[in-house]
Amino acid sequence: MSEIPAELRFTRSHEWVRQLPDGSSEIGISDHAQRALGDLVFVELPEVGRSLSVGEACAVVESVKAASDVYAPIAGTVVAINDQLRQTPELINREPYAGGWLLRLRPEVPGEGSGLLSASDYRVFEAQS
Amino acid sequence: MPFIPHTEDDVREMLQVIGAPSIEALFDEIPSNLRVHSLPEVPPGLNELEVMQLMAARARQDGRPLCFIGAGAYEHHIPAAVWSTVTRGEFYSAYTPYQAEASQGTLQTIYEYQSMMASLTGMEVANASLYDGATAVAEAALMAVRANRRSKSARIVLPRTLHPHYRAVTLATAGNQGLKFEDLPYERASGQTSLAALEAYGGQDFTALVIAQPNFFGVLEDVDSLTDFAHAHGALVIAVVNPTSLALLKPPGEWGHHGANIVVGEGQPLGCPLASGGPYFGFMTTRMEHVRQMPGRVVGRTVDLEGRSGFSLTLQAREQHIRRAKATSNICTNQGLLMMAGTVYLALLGAEGLERVAALSMSRTEELVRALGEIPGVHRAFAGAGFHESVLALDRPVAPLLAALDARGIQGGLDLHEYYPELGPALLVCATETKTAADIETYARALSEVLHAARAA
Repeated sequence: MSEIPAELRFTRSHEWVRQLPDGSSEIGISDHAQRALGDLVFVELPEVGRSLSVGEACAVVESVKAASDVYAPIAGTVVAINDQLRQTPELINREPYAGGWLLRLRPEVPGEGSGLLSASDYRVFEAQS
Repeated sequence: MPFIPHTEDDVREMLQVIGAPSIEALFDEIPSNLRVHSLPEVPPGLNELEVMQLMAARARQDGRPLCFIGAGAYEHHIPAAVWSTVTRGEFYSAYTPYQAEASQGTLQTIYEYQSMMASLTGMEVANASLYDGATAVAEAALMAVRANRRSKSARIVLPRTLHPHYRAVTLATAGNQGLKFEDLPYERASGQTSLAALEAYGGQDFTALVIAQPNFFGVLEDVDSLTDFAHAHGALVIAVVNPTSLALLKPPGEWGHHGANIVVGEGQPLGCPLASGGPYFGFMTTRMEHVRQMPGRVVGRTVDLEGRSGFSLTLQAREQHIRRAKATSNICTNQGLLMMAGTVYLALLGAEGLERVAALSMSRTEELVRALGEIPGVHRAFAGAGFHESVLALDRPVAPLLAALDARGIQGGLDLHEYYPELGPALLVCATETKTAADIETYARALSEVLHAARAA
């Protein structure tokens, strides 16, 4: 059974969003997603400063057998990317909700995320998918 | 590897399983008005005997002309061992077998090929080859747009000194994929790409600069200045090179302060005979930082479960069987047989042999240009230093002269009128190590006589 932290919100395409104290939002992929992909070998991240709309492909996670797009869960501007993933993409496998974060966004609308799932809703969704 | 066709029973059974009435019905979703329903220009099939007779008759028409045409395809001596190796049963196939458990020999050869091309071009990684030099340039342009994330313009600067066929193929392949191609003129006196014209791009966003070395005129470009200018303005450099020339010239990996980013070219000079334009093979090399944007297959060296070394395809997440529409290219194969010939050719010649081929070709061309330049009405068109080709300016139209030379069994070069009308009557000539002093003298005498006759007429 995969781990689903209660304080995060999720998308149906298996991204998670964490609200940070400074108002920005941290984005990653769920434990379920990293398990489905297998050992990650490469991550392509967007440039800092790029503005993203909801659902826009903003990163690529690549495992030994598959490559998958990551979609922006909310609209905003990229304020930071996780540079550690360039050398150690396996951080996503090891700590999908901590060291394996992908990018941070400054949301276009503060607190936005109407279409996101709560942790409990995501658990139901994940069980069905 | 046997080819086993489907029998009529197989086909019927498969159609039944998927519930389709006929093979024809599988194409239903293509609108009828877009489909070609008959091919009236295609004659009925011939049997093997008839094909042999037809091809023998065609082959007799070829003759054995004395060839001074280069222009992208070069007549070099091919050691007999090249094709006797390549046509061995283990290698001789229209299909490149990539299956690691069944094809270690083929995969190892590709790996050796990649190592040689990376070393020859001064780069870090090579793919397993592409179709030809022209499509390799198109693929490099598409790759540069993906790799240069600082640039938003998708503008590719193409010098007019790039092979005109490469330009045409690049525009046809990549022109409708959101890329913008812009012409860069050349200096009329030197035949080199104009640095002054390139400087107009200062302060503008452009994605990549293509540099052909030697260029289509056979002239050597100032690759260091061109490369440094592009890099200083945030653009990548795509080098288009002749592999033979790299035995003498600085490899693109060392151009300017940082070296080219992507290197492509036509592999034909390495062991592939002139054959009505192909099949040849394209090569592509790059730096590790761009490898995930590189198209084509890549063979890597690895170890199996028991620790024994072996070879297999690697970095496949770039390719369409995994990344689908977002693959680095929709061409995900390589030109296996011709690449194999190139590998055997390079292995046989070694660095020293290739250098001798390059040096001999260069000096033969110098001799040719000197001999032809002594003929009244013929002179060198450009002052720039060259490799093994040169443009001659003539005092009258080139086409009738080439026809008269052809009647004497001499292919005198390429008439540039169609591609560069602004040059006036201009002829691109080439001599490789295959041309002797006597051949050059034969050509010079023939051209002199043909010109004399044309003047008298």
